[in-house]
Amino acid sequence: MENQNIVRSEDKTLNMNQVFDGRKDSYVSQYDEKKDVIVHFVSRKKLKEKFKVGGVLDNEQSNNWKAWLYLAPVLILMAIFLIYPLINTIVISFMSNYNYVTGDFDGFTFDNFGAILGLSDINGFRDNRLIDYGFANTFILTFVTVPLSLIIALLIAVLLNSIKWFQKVYQIVFFLPYVTNTIAIGMVFSVLFDRQGIINFIFGSDITWIYGADRWTAMVPLCIYIIWSSLPFKILILLSGLQGIDKQYYQAAKIDSTPKWRVLLRITVPALSPQILYLMVTSFIGAFKEYSSIVALFNGPGTSTGSYNMYTIVYYIYDNLNTNTSFAAAAAVILFIIILIFTFLQLWVSKKRVYY
Amino acid sequence: MTSSAKMKEYINFYDDKDLDVDVSIVIKEGNRSADSIRKREKVSRIFITIILYIVVTFLALLMVFPFYWMIITSLKNNTEIISANQTFFPTIVMWTNYVYVFNHFHFVTYMVNTIVVAVFSTLGTLITTIFGAFAFARLNFKGRDALFMVFLMTMMIPGEMMVISNYITVAAFGWIGENANLMDAYLSMIVPFWVSVFYIYLLRQNFKQIPNELYLAAKVDGKSDWSFLWKVMVPLAAPTLISITILKFMGTWNSYVWPNLVANKDEFRLISNGLRGSSFVDPDSGRVEYGYQTAATVLVTVPLFLLFVFFRKYIMRGVGRAGIKG
Repeated sequence: MENQNIVRSEDKTLNMNQVFDGRKDSYVSQYDEKKDVIVHFVSRKKLKEKFKVGGVLDNEQSNNWKAWLYLAPVLILMAIFLIYPLINTIVISFMSNYNYVTGDFDGFTFDNFGAILGLSDINGFRDNRLIDYGFANTFILTFVTVPLSLIIALLIAVLLNSIKWFQKVYQIVFFLPYVTNTIAIGMVFSVLFDRQGIINFIFGSDITWIYGADRWTAMVPLCIYIIWSSLPFKILILLSGLQGIDKQYYQAAKIDSTPKWRVLLRITVPALSPQILYLMVTSFIGAFKEYSSIVALFNGPGTSTGSYNMYTIVYYIYDNLNTNTSFAAAAAVILFIIILIFTFLQLWVSKKRVYY
Repeated sequence: MTSSAKMKEYINFYDDKDLDVDVSIVIKEGNRSADSIRKREKVSRIFITIILYIVVTFLALLMVFPFYWMIITSLKNNTEIISANQTFFPTIVMWTNYVYVFNHFHFVTYMVNTIVVAVFSTLGTLITTIFGAFAFARLNFKGRDALFMVFLMTMMIPGEMMVISNYITVAAFGWIGENANLMDAYLSMIVPFWVSVFYIYLLRQNFKQIPNELYLAAKVDGKSDWSFLWKVMVPLAAPTLISITILKFMGTWNSYVWPNLVANKDEFRLISNGLRGSSFVDPDSGRVEYGYQTAATVLVTVPLFLLFVFFRKYIMRGVGRAGIKG
C-alpha cells in the first residue's frame, strides 16, 4: 500500500489539521482546489493512472473481492452445471464403452460419431436411427415450421396493427397459446387429429394422422401444432416492433398511392428486420431442439409401438442418455455444431439485410 | 384534347367579362363526381374494416379452438367423442370425467411437487440473479465486461449439451437412483436451474437504468452496497423481478424433459410428466379414454390460465423482452 496515492473526499475534514501543521506525519497532504479533495502523497513516485480517481467510486475499485463475492453463487453454479458439463459432454462423446455409473471407459475414439452417422461399427453395432429419421425429421420440422410461422405471425401482426377497436382484446386472444402446457395441449391436438376426431369430420376425410400414421402424414399435425404454439411469441414481438415504426413512411407511401403489398414488402418488413432476425435466430434454435411436442402428440418416438419414425436429434439424445451415453453425447455435439453454424450463418446474412 | 388543355378551358374564365355569376368547378373522373368518389371511398373503407374484423375474428377462433375443444371433450362421454357425428356441444354433460380423474390421476401429488420445485427454484434463481446483475451493473472489478461477454455467449449453447453430464452429476450427488427419496428428487429438479444467464442479463439492463446519483447519495449517507441493493435497487426493479418470477413458475409448470429423466418414481413426478405418464386406457376396450385424458389436461391448463388472468401485464411484458419459456 505504500506506493499508492489514495484520494478520499471523506477524509477532507479529518485531515485538515495535517495540511496546516504540515509536519505531523511522514507524508505530505495538499488541498486540490480543482477536485475539491485532499490529496495525501504517500510516496514521491508518479501517480499510476488507475489510482487517479476521485470521489466515492475508488472505494469500490479497491474492493475487487466484494464483486467476486456477489458473483460467487452464480459462478459456482455455472461451473458445476454449465461449464463442466459442456466440457465433459464433449469428452464423453469421444470415449469408447463409457459407463456413466462407474465412470469406466476404454480410451478415446471417433467411433461414436461414426456409429451414429452410420459410417462405422462399434462391437458390430451401428445406430442407423439418426441417419434414417433423426436428421431428416429435424431439418424438415425446422425448415417447414420456422418460415411458415414467421410469415403467418407477420400477417397476423399487420392485421392486428391495422384494426382500431378491440385491438387489446385480440392481442390477448392471440397470446393465449403461449400460456399453456406443451404436453397438455399436444394431447388435445392428438384428440383433434384422431381418426374419429373433428379434423377428419370437418374435412370429410378418413386419414390416420397420429397412431399408426405414416411418417409424412404424421408430420402434418406435428407441424401445425408447432406453428400454433410458436405463433403467440412471434406475434407479440412483431406487433411491438410494428408499433415502433415511424408513421411518416406510411404517409409518404400513401401520397404516392403505393399498393398495399408493396408497402408491406418495402417498408414494413425492412423496418421490422431486427425483430425478424431475432425471431429467426431464436426459432431456428428452438426448432432444432423439438422434443416435447412429439412426446405430447405421439407419446413416443414413433407413430406405432417399436417405431422410431418421429425421431429428432434431441429425441435421440434423451432416449439414449442412460443406455448409450457416448452416442447421446456425440449426437449432442453434432447438434451443437449444427446450431452454431446456423446461428453464425444467420448473423452473417443479417449484416447485409438488417437495418437498425 | 389533353387533360391540361381541358383544365385551361375550365379555369380561363377571368377573361370572360360577361361572367358575373358564382362559378363552381365540377371535377369528374370518369362519370363520377368528387362527392360520389368520397362516398365510395367511405363505403369501401367500411367494407375493408368489416372484412378485416371477420378475418381477424376467424383467425382468433382458430387459435382458441383447441382450448374450446379441450373443454367440451372433457365433458363428453367416450361414445360421443368417437362417434361419426362430431358435436360442438356435449349432449350429456359428464362431470364424472373430472371425478374419475381426481380419483385416479394423482393430480394433487403432482401439483404439490410442481409448486415446491417452482417455489424453490424461483427463489434460488432470484437470489443468484439479483447478486449477479448487481455485480455486473454497479460494481467495478477487473475483467467485468469480458466476463459478461462470456456469460452472454453461454446462452448460445444448447441445453442438450449439459443435460447428459448434469444427469451424471446429480447421480453422483446421490439425488437420483434407487435410494433417492423425495427430498433428493426435489434437489435434482431445483438446484441445476438456479442460474439463468438470460435473467441476469435482463435484470442488469434494468439495474443500469437506475441513476448513478442514487448510488452516490446512498454512499454519502453511509449506506453499504448491501443495503443499497436491497433498499433501493430491488424495489425499483420490482416489475422485472415479478416478470422473472412468473416466467420461471410457468417454466417449471411446463418443464418435461429434465423431470422426466430424474424423477424415476411416480410420486416424484411433476405435472407434465404425470400427465403424459398416466395411462387413460380403458381396461375393457383397450382404447384411450379421451374424456378422462382431456379432463386431466384441463386441470393442468387451468392454473396457468389463472396465472395469466392475474399477471397478464407482467407476463406479456416479460415475454416481450425475454421470450424464453422458463
